[in-house]
Order: sequence, then structure tokens, then C-alpha cells
Amino acid sequence: MSTYYNSEDLKKFGSIGAFGAKNLADDFFKYYGDVFAEGALSSREKSLIALAVAHVLKCPYCIDAYTTDTLEKGCSEDEMMEAVHVGAVMAAGITLVHSTQMINKAKELTM
Amino acid sequence: MNPVKSLKARKHELGESAFQLEVLNDRLTLGKHLPLFREKLAPIDLFPLKPTEIDIFQVNVGKMCNQVCKHCHVDAGPDRKEIMTQETMQLCLDVLKKHKFRTIDLTGGAPEMNPHFRWFIEQIRAIDNDINIIVRCNLTIILANKKYHDLPEFFKQHRIEVASSLPFYTATRTDSQRGDGVFEDSIKALQMLNAVGYGQEGSGLILNLVYNPAGAFLPSGQAGMEKEFKRALKAKYGIEFNHLFCITNIPISRFLDYLLVSGNYSEYMEKLVNSFNPTAAANVMCRTTLSIGWDGYLYDCDFNQMLDLKVAGKAKHLRDFDMEALTQRSIIINQHCYGCTAGAGSSCGGEVAK
Ligand code: SF4
Ligand code: SF4
Repeated sequence: MSTYYNSEDLKKFGSIGAFGAKNLADDFFKYYGDVFAEGALSSREKSLIALAVAHVLKCPYCIDAYTTDTLEKGCSEDEMMEAVHVGAVMAAGITLVHSTQMINKAKELTM
Repeated sequence: MNPVKSLKARKHELGESAFQLEVLNDRLTLGKHLPLFREKLAPIDLFPLKPTEIDIFQVNVGKMCNQVCKHCHVDAGPDRKEIMTQETMQLCLDVLKKHKFRTIDLTGGAPEMNPHFRWFIEQIRAIDNDINIIVRCNLTIILANKKYHDLPEFFKQHRIEVASSLPFYTATRTDSQRGDGVFEDSIKALQMLNAVGYGQEGSGLILNLVYNPAGAFLPSGQAGMEKEFKRALKAKYGIEFNHLFCITNIPISRFLDYLLVSGNYSEYMEKLVNSFNPTAAANVMCRTTLSIGWDGYLYDCDFNQMLDLKVAGKAKHLRDFDMEALTQRSIIINQHCYGCTAGAGSSCGGEVAK
């Protein structure tokens, strides 16, 4: 294996069940399908959320898949980029909000 | 950058239909084995592919166009001189006098650039007052020249259904596919159509928009997309329309050129094949449509027309029109047909698998 990430592997996602624990894979894919179906949120909105999550969790497979998917669902470049910023600001905020713990602890320990 | 000239004028090898078919059938250079389209039809009892009921008479009145869109399957443009003569139009009218069709669908190029366009429509209306006449209007033609400014009125007068391409509701993505300034002019043209009543509730004047992806991806979710288009166009420009049709780009002509040059060809074909949908296959438009070329030859669809794949059988020209034989013919298929059967399917009227 020369690289850790290979775009061809994305196409093999559906066959993870072939390696064992097929029932778990099947359950996952059913859940996956149900989550992304049109619901209270449109599948277009869900796709934008997925694109943001893909960036926050830094998964190149998901970035590939949900860039294609958001384009296919008719999202504009602006919408896609704003979704990424939502993910980024959440990640930054989550990091920063934890500084309150650091501040508390520091105060506890210092004179 | 949009090409300034057609492939034909640039003497590009893809300007030849035979070469396009060679590319489509060269499965080795794809780097992977792609099944033949007919191998997908056979197990679902659709091979040979037969017409169901021919009720749409689609006439391509010429390849001349004021635009040179990147994805154009016609390879149309201002440099294309092939247009239907009045004599050939008369042959169409003779067929319409003899046979009943639900719809006559006029396409091009920009059909309005054919000097006999208005005469042709008047003659059709004189023969059949009820037939649904669709004009595939590229919108910018309405503003291209003073002599076209009254087209909305003319369309209204003859109760024409207008079907117009608008690749997206933003300027960047529309212009990248259709040329600089196309979005702005399209918006103005849509407002002119709205002003005479098109797309307005209760007017009976139908204005449908046609969306196709500006790139190597498929369209998805016509209903959701229609909602977005309606919301965006109404909020920003006050524009109203009836329906949005989502169309898949067929891998021929200038779109094939784009796929090859951008390195997307193999992936795109694979995606089309993997998205093959039997329900869409059962409803492909060639089963109900007959396509007429500018020179009067008969084809199964506008795509086959551009690949010069004339209908099977002896009677290949309007002069020898034989409805009986056409109803029984086998439709000519090839690898580009995967474009009509991917996902929810694609036709001139949008998705086909409801
Ligand atoms: S896609 Fe339509 S508007 Fe664009 S060049 Fe072709 S015929 Fe003309
Ligand atoms: S490309 Fe033409 S012949 Fe092929 S399936 Fe589509 S409509 Fe039918």
C-alpha cells in the first residue's frame, strides 16, 4: 500500500460488509439511508451538513462524496463554502470554549 | 473560457460523429470494462428497444445559434449554417396533416434564427389548433437583435409552450457553461416573458426551465431543485415559471470534448453506468418521440441525430414517411444512451422515472 488514501477506495465503501460483521454493516447502511432521506430537513440541507462534518472530521472520502453530492443537489459554491465555515467556526469555538476549563484550573492552582 | 467556435469550425476531430462513436465504444482507453448499453437492456426485456406510442414530433430546424455553450450536444453556434429550408418544413407539415401528434417540439440551435420559423409555427397552428407546440428558446436570442424583441408576444399569440435552459440561478455557474453575460440576458428575457403573462398562474402560458449540471456531475432531485430555483429567482429577480426539468449531460459532441479535456471522461461514464435505472430505461423519450433533422432525415432522438444515427428501416427521410414502419422499428442505441437512464433518468421533459 503506497498511500493511505486512495480515491478508488471510496467506491468500495458499500462492500465493507463482505469482510465480516455483515449484519452491522447492513444496519449502518440502513441507518445511513434513513438519515439522508427527505424529512423535516431536505436532503439538500442534509448534504450541506454532511459536507461541513466531512471537513471538521477531515475525511477526504467524505469531502469527495459530499462535494459531488451538494453539486448534484444544486447547491451553489457560496452555500458549500459557508457550510465549511460553519464547521470551522464550530470546531474553533469548541476548542476555545474548553479554555474556560483551563482558566478555571489555572485559577485554582495559582495565587 | 467558452469555445468561441464550434468543433466543426475548429476542424476538431470530435466535430465528426463517427469519431465520437469511436471514442464512446473504445472501452479499453476507459481503463475499465464498461458493459454495452444493450447488455443492460436485454435482461429487463427492453432489447431491442421499441417505441410505445409516437406522439411527440421533434423538429430540429437548424444548428445556427447565437451562443456557443460548452456542453452543447448539437455543436451549435453562429458559425453553423445548417438550417431547415421551407421545402423541408413543408414536408413536416404534410406529415402533421396526415398524423395526429400530441406535441410538436421545435429545437435547434436557436430555432428562432431560422428565417422561416414564424411561418412554420403559423402553418402548424393552421393545421392543428390544439397541438401543444414547444419552442426550446435559449432566452438570450430574445435580446440578441431588435427583430427578436417581440418573440414573447409572438409566442403568446400562438400559445407556445416555452422551454428555456437556465443552468443555474447564479451568474457564475451559468456563464461558465453558456458564455459571459448569458445569465444577465437570460434574466432580462425571463422578465420579458413574465411581463406578457408567461409563467403566471391562470394565464395558461407555460414557461418551463431546463437545468443541466455545469460540469461532470449528474442532476439529482428535480422537485427539490425546482423549489430552490423558484425561491431564488423570485426573491432576487421577481421571476416566476412553471416547472424545472433536470437533464443529464449526454457524453457527446462538446460535452464529450469537455469530459476528455478535463480528465473526467472515464469517471463520468462509470457513474452513468453505475446509476443505470431500469425504470428510467423503460421510459426513455425515444419510445414516444420522433426527431427530424434540418435536412429532413428521421432519427430516434436529437442525440442520435447529432451522431448521425438515422432510424432503422428503409424510410429514413420525411419524403418517405411511413408511420407504420416507424412504430415497429427498433430504436438505435449506443453507449451515449446511458445518459438517459442514469438515476431518475433524463429526457427533454426532465426526469422520467417518477
Ligand atoms: S446549448 Fe442551446 S443555446 Fe447553447 S449553443 Fe447549443 S443550441 Fe445554442
Ligand atoms: S440517447 Fe436517444 S436513443 Fe438513446 S436512450 Fe436516449 S433518447 Fe433513446
